[in-house]
Amino acid sequence: MSTTMSSTGTPDAGQPQTDEPRRSTPPAHPRRGRFSREAVTKVMFVVPAAIYLVLFFGYPVVKNVTMSLQEYTTRTFFTGEAPWVGLANYATVVGSQLFGPAMLNTALFTIGSILGQFVIGLALASFFKRRFPLNGFLRSMLLLPWLLPLIVASATWRSILDQDSGILNRFLEGVGLIQEPVPWLTSPSVALIAVILVNIWVGIPFNVTLLYSGLQDIPEELYEAGAMDGATGWKAFWHITWPNLRPVVSVVLVLGVVYTIKVLDIILGLTNGGPANSTQTLSIRSYQESFVNFEFGVGAAYSNILILISLLFAIIYLRANRRAVDE
Amino acid sequence: MKKTRLTTVLAMAAVAPFALTACAGGGGGGGTGGGSEGGDVSSLSILDYYNNEPDKSLVQETLDACATELGVTLERETVPGKDLIQKVLQRSSSKTLPDVLMLDNPDVQEIAATGGLSPLSEYDVDTSGFSEGILEAATYEGEVYGLAPAVNTLALFYNTEVLAAAGIEPPETWEELKTAAAALTTGEQYGLALSAIATYEGSWQFLPFMWTNGGDETELDSPEVAEGLQLYKDLLDEGSMSSSVINWSQGDAKDQFVAGKAAMMINGPWQIPSLNENPDVTWDVVQVPVNEEGQTPVAPLGGEVWTVPVTGDDARQAKAAEMVECISSDENQLALAEARYLVPTRTELADEYVERVPSMAAFTEQVANARSRTGQLGEEWPEAATTIYTAIQLVLTGQATPEEAFEQAAQG
Repeated sequence: MSTTMSSTGTPDAGQPQTDEPRRSTPPAHPRRGRFSREAVTKVMFVVPAAIYLVLFFGYPVVKNVTMSLQEYTTRTFFTGEAPWVGLANYATVVGSQLFGPAMLNTALFTIGSILGQFVIGLALASFFKRRFPLNGFLRSMLLLPWLLPLIVASATWRSILDQDSGILNRFLEGVGLIQEPVPWLTSPSVALIAVILVNIWVGIPFNVTLLYSGLQDIPEELYEAGAMDGATGWKAFWHITWPNLRPVVSVVLVLGVVYTIKVLDIILGLTNGGPANSTQTLSIRSYQESFVNFEFGVGAAYSNILILISLLFAIIYLRANRRAVDE
Repeated sequence: MKKTRLTTVLAMAAVAPFALTACAGGGGGGGTGGGSEGGDVSSLSILDYYNNEPDKSLVQETLDACATELGVTLERETVPGKDLIQKVLQRSSSKTLPDVLMLDNPDVQEIAATGGLSPLSEYDVDTSGFSEGILEAATYEGEVYGLAPAVNTLALFYNTEVLAAAGIEPPETWEELKTAAAALTTGEQYGLALSAIATYEGSWQFLPFMWTNGGDETELDSPEVAEGLQLYKDLLDEGSMSSSVINWSQGDAKDQFVAGKAAMMINGPWQIPSLNENPDVTWDVVQVPVNEEGQTPVAPLGGEVWTVPVTGDDARQAKAAEMVECISSDENQLALAEARYLVPTRTELADEYVERVPSMAAFTEQVANARSRTGQLGEEWPEAATTIYTAIQLVLTGQATPEEAFEQAAQG
């Protein structure tokens, strides 16, 4: 996403204004000179974006890959020496007792979050398509989770989910839904669910916003024509809304996966990977190996595995996007 | 014209290294460049993690006093505690380490091992008279790398009013602790609060129980360590401790205590200022209970060590060593300890200190026998600490028995 932003963003940097009047002047220059000038201009347009890409995407990725092949520890920072160890770090990662659970938790966390975010997001987007008072106000209120720094959100949720005095358990007990307090963040079998629930809450605004704009793009005439043929309510949704929304849906889902699979702050804030490692994901492992155990090589190996998985979905996204454009 | 251009390029090429080394030289002195050439040092840069009040100002007072004594000006930078090591690593790779660096004591050996610190013996700094535990923490391969003016440890805080009302004496043994905690658990109030979170904080809180009972980090699967875990489990099973402890930081434990939701807590003296902000809660401190009568309570040593990084400028480093020595002078030890509720590290100051601050008696006694976390394992300590908190979590969530927990945790 950021690549498209940067390449469309850079030409505004003053270049066109100086170029425009010259091109409109009569062809005083020889043909060859103008051609090369044009070529230079073209290149100049690309250069800033290319530099940006190399500096901020290329360098970190290459550095991360080389780091994962080195014994990169605290010592490295002072001496600058990081011996090559081949794939030893990857062997450490895969051989770790936590690798399997971390993979599984990452998958469960991603699928659970996406499913919840998407279903609730789509329901809310459809709901806001109707006209009713305060529609706009409520829709903007819905963006609040997005505005809140995640670390603040997770600290707040931690107190909401507290087993003894948390407001959620108090509420559920109050309305008689539960007899015993739910050990949201203290039971290894519940903690992952709790973390997923919070992440769903975080992701709803993103889903609603994209899906809502997708819904706005479906021409009203389709519904009018459908209504004449008797397609209303659920029928209209399945036969008109859903097929027309498909390109947006695929974008939302794939971007959702790429964003969710690397979530770190929410889990760190809520459980720090606990209790008893029950909320360890690949990104938590990467963080802890790098910044708690100072095994930067192993941490880099974890994050490269994560990048590979994201890359897979990024390719799916690009293909889906191309198809959407072709349509 | 071509020739002039060539000379320009050559001239630039010739100058470039000077410019680069000039940068590096300035950076080596912590980017201060305060006229340090020729051995006359007029300023020192300092990096520490006392970024919150009142600690920030209290430490500043000591630093200022020393700066005046040494005739230098200071450029102090404070960063949040959890960012310090990352900052130090960044600065060591860019060769811009400060002249004086504060480190949390369990990190000293890790950083010393990188070669980034210079041993204090190079500057004839007198390290005698300091309590053994803190010297152990600051020692790497036989050399002392830093001094701490004042340290902290863990002890048992109890709510005097609540215990008096229940007619319970502060517990001295694990058995008494269990009975007391069970009796003090009523309604919204648990008997005991502590931090068993899945971070080093959780491991640190377990150490008094583990060490007092004769357990050791070099042999985590010993029965002595398992007994410590069993105590945690009993407290939880009997309902004397909230099952949320596995998610509590020490700050959370303090909040529970202040809110009247815990009658006792394991915590450190750095909580005293915020306890004092709540005058309704009356409290006192005793040493951490022991398993069997006659055992000596052994708690972990906490606190920060001031070190001299290798910046490449001998004159500055020598001045920095004087600074480090000054920070840990008798006078400054007492002043810092009194203001920040810590315990002076020079053992002979203990009596004088307790006389001045009687409320610190239990902590002072606890510190006398305290151990450093890295004394045995050095750089390997983080690994052991990870195993410890994982084992605690496995036991408290019922995933493993105390006997098998460490074996299971060590596999992670």
